[in-house]
Amino acid sequence: MRHLLDTRTLSRADALNILDVAEDMADTQLREVKKLPTLRGKTVVNLFFEDSTRTRISFEAAAKRLSADVINFSAKGSSVSKGESLKDTAQTLAAIGADAVVIRHGASGAPHTLAASGWIDAGILNAGDGTHEHPTQALLDAFTMRRRIHGAGASRGRDLDGVHVVIVGDILHSRVARSNVWLLASLGAQVTLVAPPTLLPVGIEGWPATVSYDLDVVLAENPDVVMMLRIQGERMHDAFFPNSREYSRRWGLDDERLARLTGDSIVMHPGPMNRGLEISSGAADSPRSTVLEQVSSGVSVRMAALYLLLSGEREDQR
Amino acid sequence: MSARIVLQQADISRALTRIAHEILESNRGAGDLVLLGIPTRGVYLAARLAALLEEFSGQEVPVGSLDITMYRDDLGRIPTRSPRPTSIPAGGIDGKTVILADDVLYSGRTIRAALDALGDIGRPRAVRLATLVDRGHRELPIRPDFVGKNLPSSKSERINVELVEIDGEDRVTIGETL
Amino acid sequence: MITPTPTTSKDTAVQNETYLIRGARLSSGDTTDLILENGVIAELGIGLSRAGATTVEAEGLIALPGLVDLHTHLREPGFEHSETVLTGTRAAASGGYTTVFAMANTSPVADTAGVVEQELSLGEQAGYARVQPIGAVTVGLAGERLAELGAMAESRAKVRVFSDDGLCVSDPQLMRRALEYVKAFDGVIAQHAQDPKLTPGAQMNEGSVSAELGLTGWPAMAEESIIARDVLIAEHVGSRLHICHLSTAGSVEVIRWAKARGINVTAEVTPHHLLLTEELVRSYDARYKVNPPLRRAEDVLALREALADGTIDIVATDHAPHPAEAKECAWAEAANGMVGLESALSVVHESMVETGLIGWVDVERVMSRTPAQIGRISGQGLAIAVGNPAEITLYDPAARSDFAVEDLRGRSINSPYLGTSLPGRVEATFHRGYATVFGGELVPLERIQELVAAHA
Repeated sequence: MRHLLDTRTLSRADALNILDVAEDMADTQLREVKKLPTLRGKTVVNLFFEDSTRTRISFEAAAKRLSADVINFSAKGSSVSKGESLKDTAQTLAAIGADAVVIRHGASGAPHTLAASGWIDAGILNAGDGTHEHPTQALLDAFTMRRRIHGAGASRGRDLDGVHVVIVGDILHSRVARSNVWLLASLGAQVTLVAPPTLLPVGIEGWPATVSYDLDVVLAENPDVVMMLRIQGERMHDAFFPNSREYSRRWGLDDERLARLTGDSIVMHPGPMNRGLEISSGAADSPRSTVLEQVSSGVSVRMAALYLLLSGEREDQR
Repeated sequence: MSARIVLQQADISRALTRIAHEILESNRGAGDLVLLGIPTRGVYLAARLAALLEEFSGQEVPVGSLDITMYRDDLGRIPTRSPRPTSIPAGGIDGKTVILADDVLYSGRTIRAALDALGDIGRPRAVRLATLVDRGHRELPIRPDFVGKNLPSSKSERINVELVEIDGEDRVTIGETL
Repeated sequence: MITPTPTTSKDTAVQNETYLIRGARLSSGDTTDLILENGVIAELGIGLSRAGATTVEAEGLIALPGLVDLHTHLREPGFEHSETVLTGTRAAASGGYTTVFAMANTSPVADTAGVVEQELSLGEQAGYARVQPIGAVTVGLAGERLAELGAMAESRAKVRVFSDDGLCVSDPQLMRRALEYVKAFDGVIAQHAQDPKLTPGAQMNEGSVSAELGLTGWPAMAEESIIARDVLIAEHVGSRLHICHLSTAGSVEVIRWAKARGINVTAEVTPHHLLLTEELVRSYDARYKVNPPLRRAEDVLALREALADGTIDIVATDHAPHPAEAKECAWAEAANGMVGLESALSVVHESMVETGLIGWVDVERVMSRTPAQIGRISGQGLAIAVGNPAEITLYDPAARSDFAVEDLRGRSINSPYLGTSLPGRVEATFHRGYATVFGGELVPLERIQELVAAHA
């Protein structure tokens, strides 16, 4: 794997391979010595143009458990914000000898631009770009679902065929939703997106998902997974919805809606949560919630992604 | 490419039987033994040895597998490999005598990786190495404790171990690589 | 191929640059020889000869009236690192253009008589093509107060086209007043139709591709609604309205309706909107970032049809040079715009002629005659006829090559066509009777400067 830029173009086989390798990584994380020597001598740069402590420490933990050297480059508030271009930053990292660059950027497509630029030879791993994609988040979500549904020991090689996943919230601005839609569809899941009409992108018709404006109707279908997305309160200033109270009433997962979930259905959230807005504390802390499992899955999945990116002979260097 | 058969099924069977006896002799019985096979074919050899040890000693011998992918020193030089499962028997390896089982001993780098992997899992009392074929050309100061067959070979030759569990028959062949 | 005999040399008396063009094909299909002398087309006919003339063997070449671009960004004054009047007109000449209308979004903005006269002078000094300044509609393009439209119209630059291009005159009352005011001197308002309230942060066409790429959408209706509003205003006040760079099928419908109603509106389309679609944005390669954005394939087809049936009047390049750093960055951070002067004729050839939608007579109309008429400029866009100014482009329609950086003659290389196979090649361009491009190459600056000095 040369880069991991999106799930839209990630093949089903590659996705399953990442998830399976993540299972092996998860196994090693149960050992007393969690650190593996695999990526000794490799340098991983966390290039974050946007603040995200959660994602950064997850990648940092993953890289360190594989013995890579980690350089955190918080581009916010550094020379980058003083007019240095993505190109100069990339060339600087190339000169430092980065083997992989984990990039978080506010502009959709910035990781693609980096990968296609020729400014830097390193493997590029998208850690969230604008409102485009966040592939490792979707992979860790799928990993978490697979373990809950098939069991931790029996997940290898399994897909999510027939699993009904509901994603609720600001689909328009969500890179998590996009990455999940493509990945879940290729793993065979049935995806329903629920949102106010203002927070669904124009042109969504072609997505491999059904769309609903009514959370209660969709919950009545007994979905296997309910994934709540973070809603930004500021959205109401742009008239996407009247106010957070109305949003919460119509599209929030409150205790009453939680009580209507049946069987083994699970509640997911990529974090950080707005408790009381899109999700109640009751839902976030219930046994159905996988919020903390998602965090630990994140380390395993990112270890797998880094391993697959940084090991192996590069075809273009043969 | 023409390949020459160097070990037939009966040869392999005899070699494993002899190794099992040698293990029991050197360990003074089957006590505190743990057999770990190195994927892929070492896992099946470990299982066969465990069965033989049990037959000869009447004692059950714990057997598992030890994947060394993440400990290789050549990950940047070969196509990406997916790790194989590691399964350590319930009793663990602390204080045990671990017998590593592999099909072919060559440069010794796989065993170096296996020793590193073992170190991350626990602290055995001793580690021994059993291999079906030793073809020489060591690049590290590593030697086997139990050998099925010494096969002096040239580096241009390829030793191919086939086992009935995955290849449908038991045999070892030697041929020229292209 | 052009074989000049004898070769042009500095010894040639500059005042009397005379050309005998042999066997060129006119857009009508007729073949003729042409003699260019003293800045005009002196003779047409078969078997012409003229002692001392530079002979151009033009068999297989099409002779078109010099092309006229109603929409060029020359960037000078203010953004000389992107383009200057000199480099921009060199790009124009190499694309077969003899006149470019220079948009007003320079720094300072072309909103006073002083700036437009400066621009005019720079064009005269450069000598590669005529530069006709466009005046800003509002002071500083700010969309608040009318610029001194009358002063610019009366200046030496004789401005007739006014535009805030890059920005929309979005205030409807201000647009009404501007349309009314320019009637006093037969002016036209060239509107950049984009409702800013419907396109905050817009990055690409809004639709299935933007949904997937997570780029903020630029909805077609933000263009169509402004056009609809403005044609109604133009109808009400009886003014002349021009719509810049039409990009959607819906806009075509609005213009078609307005023209059927007799509203005095003209419309332009860019070469890139005739050939490229939003699918290219999937690469996040900022060379494809342009405003209005590349649209769907359906839009491209509708624009081609509209150009063929006359609903769209002209092709204009919206040549928008940017330095490398404005494109070597993340999509959202990149500047809008593409260079287009050097490739326009080839792209129209590819998208309109090769597809059988129009012939060379129509190319002449949409790339030379009508733009000159809309811009109310004299001595340009005239038929190839004896006595008319020698503004001629010789084009080889049989050539085909991969468009390359070497084909770009301006200061910037932000072309979406690099590496794309395009037909045709401009073999020669004649402006005021002298060659600005000869044998497919730009005539050197020193030679042009001599000619300019001689004409002064």
